[in-house]
Amino acid sequence: MGCAIETGDSEEMDIVLSSMWPEDMNEAGRQFNVERPGVDKDMLEEVTIKREPDIVDFNRLMELASYTDKGNWQLANLVRNWEYKQENAVRLLREELDTLSRQQRQVELKKLEILEEHRFERDRYGGSKRPISILDENLKYLYQDAPRRKRDTVFQDEKISVDAEYDSGVYWKQHAMNLEKLLEASLRREQVLMGKLQESIEKLEKQSTPVEELSQVLIRADNFLHFVLQNAPVVIGHQDKELRYRFIFNHFPSLREEDIIGKTDAEIFTGSGVKESQDFKQEVLEKGLPAKREITFETELFGSKTFLIYVEPVFSKAGETIGVNYMGMEVTDQVRKREKMAKIREEMAVQKAKETELNKTIHITEESMRAKEMLATMSHEIRSPLSGVVSMAEILSNTKLDKEQRQQVNVMMSSGDLVLRIINDILDLSKVESGVMKLEAAKFRPREVVKHVLQTAAASLQKLLTLEGNVADDVPVEVVGDVLRIRQILTNLVSNAIKFTREGKVGIKLYVVPEPRNFSKQKSWKAPAEQSSDSANTRKNSSMSRNSGDQRGSHGCYEGEGVGDKNELINTLNDQERDGTQTKEDKARHSNPQESVVWIRCDVYDTGIGIPEHAIPTLFKKYTQAGADTARKYGGTGLGLAICKQLVELMGGQLTVSSLEDKGSTFMFILPYKVSPVSDSSDELSDMDNQEVSDDEDLHAGSFLFEPRTLGSLLSSQSSGRIQKLSPITYGVDPSQNFGGLLEDSSSPSSSITCQEMSSEDDAYSTAMDTSSEVEVSLNQSLCSASLDSAEKNERTHCSSEMSEPSFTQERCRTEAQTEGSSDCSSRKSNEAPKAEVKPKILLVEDNKINVIVAKSMMKQLGHNIDIVNNGAEAVRAVQCKDYDLILMDVCMPVMDGLQATRLIRSFEETGSWDDAVKAGVELQLPPQHSSPKLQQEIPRKRTPIIAMTANALSESADDCFANGMDSFVSKPVNFQNLKQCLQQYIPE
Amino acid sequence: MLGLSVEQLRADMNRLLAILFHQGVLDEQFLQLQQLQDESSPNFVSEVVTIYFHESEKLLRNLRALLVDKELSDYKKMGIHLNQLMGSSSSIGAQRLRNVCAAFRAASELNNRPGCLRALELLEYEYCYLKNKLHEFFQIEQQRMLAAAVRYPAPQQHRNNPQG
Repeated sequence: MGCAIETGDSEEMDIVLSSMWPEDMNEAGRQFNVERPGVDKDMLEEVTIKREPDIVDFNRLMELASYTDKGNWQLANLVRNWEYKQENAVRLLREELDTLSRQQRQVELKKLEILEEHRFERDRYGGSKRPISILDENLKYLYQDAPRRKRDTVFQDEKISVDAEYDSGVYWKQHAMNLEKLLEASLRREQVLMGKLQESIEKLEKQSTPVEELSQVLIRADNFLHFVLQNAPVVIGHQDKELRYRFIFNHFPSLREEDIIGKTDAEIFTGSGVKESQDFKQEVLEKGLPAKREITFETELFGSKTFLIYVEPVFSKAGETIGVNYMGMEVTDQVRKREKMAKIREEMAVQKAKETELNKTIHITEESMRAKEMLATMSHEIRSPLSGVVSMAEILSNTKLDKEQRQQVNVMMSSGDLVLRIINDILDLSKVESGVMKLEAAKFRPREVVKHVLQTAAASLQKLLTLEGNVADDVPVEVVGDVLRIRQILTNLVSNAIKFTREGKVGIKLYVVPEPRNFSKQKSWKAPAEQSSDSANTRKNSSMSRNSGDQRGSHGCYEGEGVGDKNELINTLNDQERDGTQTKEDKARHSNPQESVVWIRCDVYDTGIGIPEHAIPTLFKKYTQAGADTARKYGGTGLGLAICKQLVELMGGQLTVSSLEDKGSTFMFILPYKVSPVSDSSDELSDMDNQEVSDDEDLHAGSFLFEPRTLGSLLSSQSSGRIQKLSPITYGVDPSQNFGGLLEDSSSPSSSITCQEMSSEDDAYSTAMDTSSEVEVSLNQSLCSASLDSAEKNERTHCSSEMSEPSFTQERCRTEAQTEGSSDCSSRKSNEAPKAEVKPKILLVEDNKINVIVAKSMMKQLGHNIDIVNNGAEAVRAVQCKDYDLILMDVCMPVMDGLQATRLIRSFEETGSWDDAVKAGVELQLPPQHSSPKLQQEIPRKRTPIIAMTANALSESADDCFANGMDSFVSKPVNFQNLKQCLQQYIPE
Repeated sequence: MLGLSVEQLRADMNRLLAILFHQGVLDEQFLQLQQLQDESSPNFVSEVVTIYFHESEKLLRNLRALLVDKELSDYKKMGIHLNQLMGSSSSIGAQRLRNVCAAFRAASELNNRPGCLRALELLEYEYCYLKNKLHEFFQIEQQRMLAAAVRYPAPQQHRNNPQG
């Protein structure tokens, strides 16, 4: 029973104690409940609890306990708890009392029995007393009561004494004795019970001190709190209305009690954060709402620390705030980590943003690159229809037309030509920008370049201008560079200069300069030039409109030189061809350390209109001209200078301009050139010099002068001044070669081959002569300035035979070849007869039926019958059986592609054996070497021209073609024009 | 009356060609093809084009078959077919077809199946368009030639008149 009471007790306590926690304490909080006396108390006792950090103002605590709501509530809880316990104790006592009284009743019953017995004895003797006594006894039971019991006991004693009085005799004595004993036992029992009662009363007294009970509970709670909080980095405190500390718990106290209690924060600490926390507490005090805040303290006492502070107002019973409870936890590390995290996150975000930005940029760059590449790739697509138009116009011009029609056709052709050139410029530019442009490294003679450019310019000159060239002595005779590009730049600049110069002179100056110190920083090199250009020359190039004219007109400058140099020309060309094939080896050789780099500066100056200062910054921009009026007056697209600049920069140099308005302007570009060592170049030179003894002094001549020709007729006859009109035939073909940025990169082999053709055909000149005179006649008929034209024509034909400058021969011959070729085409009928006699054997390797049909019928119209095979392997077999004069080879084919087939054919030509082909798996029709191996090897065949047919006009694929031994390529789809061109180049007539 | 019709047919042909050129369906290569047509081969263009359609139809079928096979679309083979088609298209001057082929090839190089499918659809569409137009063109040409040929023999006039 006692045990049951105990558990009941503890259960009740549970509930009561839990209420000591804040009301919002969750169920989980209960598991830390203190009240587990049997088990947990021991554990608590093992823990040594430091009492020190607890600094209490007891008076205040009392006050708090009695005045605040919370205190009240807590007290009420305690009292209730106590009352309950008391009630319980009372109940226990009652129960005990009940037990006792039950026992007493039993005793009394016993006694009654005894009395009954006794009475029975009496009845036996007295007889009639019984009913009355039972009734009496019943009554007695009815009115049973604690006080009466006492009387009963007394009465019992009385009875015994009475019994004793009535006794008589021995039997009765003994009986009385027994009764006595029983009575005694009963009394004893009663006494024991009385003792027990006393005991429990005492126990009751001992248990029931409420203060003790309360303080025990408090101690337990206190212990618990200490146990929990002993290592917690928290400060708990209470501050009164004036924010003076009344209570503080701090596990790591740095101040003593007297330093804190009764003082405010501001009085204790100094430093940043103190004021803030003070204000915060004040705020809470005023608002009466609990709040949390993070405050960073920077105090002398404990340095820089961040606390998370929870402040809760404390209300009095009347509902006024009388202070705040304050709980602080140090979160410095967390804050630091958090800040670090935030920073990292921020950085990550920044990084991500950057990344996306970068990706975007990359994307854009890629897009633009692709667009530019596309443009470069499209060059062919753009050009071929246009050249179709031009060539059709050209054909049209060869039909019978009246004067007006001829003029219209001429306008058509020249416009078409102009468009072609502009497109070429744009494509050049996009090629440079997209990085497709490749530079060649070949030897050339700067003096000759200068001379030729000036000659070219002079030939087409329609103004009274002096053209002069000056090459300093220290400029090497031969340097290595991309002569085509350099020429393009020079021609552009010179024609620009001429365009914007009405009178005076235009000149080129070439001299060696030390390597610019600041060259790595190109901008700084450019800056002075820009500053110095205090006045300017409104010039924008329209040079492209001039260029082809230049090319064509250039022939005129050879006027007066010998016509009989044909042999020399041929030999030179042969050399050139050899040169061309050697270029790659040369390049390798040139890269040896002994070769030096020379920086040559080139000034192109004029006495023209100059460029206004404000226009200089935009001068080199694409599609801009110095001014709108300039554009109107002089025409042009504004691409030339941009191309020049890009080309110069591509070659590692810098193009700048300085100009004085109305005085003239000077374009300067500086470029590095490799100089081949003397020993090396002497070999090459000696070869050439053999043929060029006459030109020897020319090699070192550094200055050229082209005085204005006093040919009034030149200027008078054509006010538009476009001599181009005189040579419509060259028109359609010319630009694609002269300006074909795509073709030019790789054009040297083809041109050298051209030369070979010419050389093998000694009467090329005469043919040219014939055709040109034929054209002449037709022109004479149609044009009013007939005599002038024929003069021009003659000049041209003369010049075409005179070619002494090897480095120019390439272009020269190309021009020549074209002139020739186009004249040939115009006079096809006259040439058909000889062709029919010696039919050139042509092989077409093409897998596409349609292409085959088209090419075949085109060739048929051109007067050729061709053999056709469908793939590379068949081509190899065909070449094995028959010696072809020309092979047109598709690149992409099933079974074996054109590149491999070319390699195999080339390998055969070199070695005379088909081993490679056999290795490559070509089934040869004849047993390759067994028939007459020696014969085959003794007579290695001559090199068959192989021309690639490719749908991709990009220079990469062109490079592939050349690398695999092809001589040239025509782009697909094949048309009359490129077929003709190719036949003229490779088929000896 | 027939003379008129010949002229009209010629005008129709030219108009049709102009439209096709303007739309970019054909390019100047087609003119080159026409140049190849002379007395010795009066039907050269239509013959070539017929072969072209024959070949292309096969190629398109193959391409379709290759693409339909979802698991193992053989992009390499597709590229070969496309090169073929592109080559012959550019040879007859079917510019738009050629361009679509180029796009198709680009897609096939990237193994971009949806792109390929789109391109194929476009290709088929362009193919049909070209075929229809050229068919029309050749029909007119045929009529023109017939009309030109039958101008003098009087009895045939009536027979051909409804067609003209």
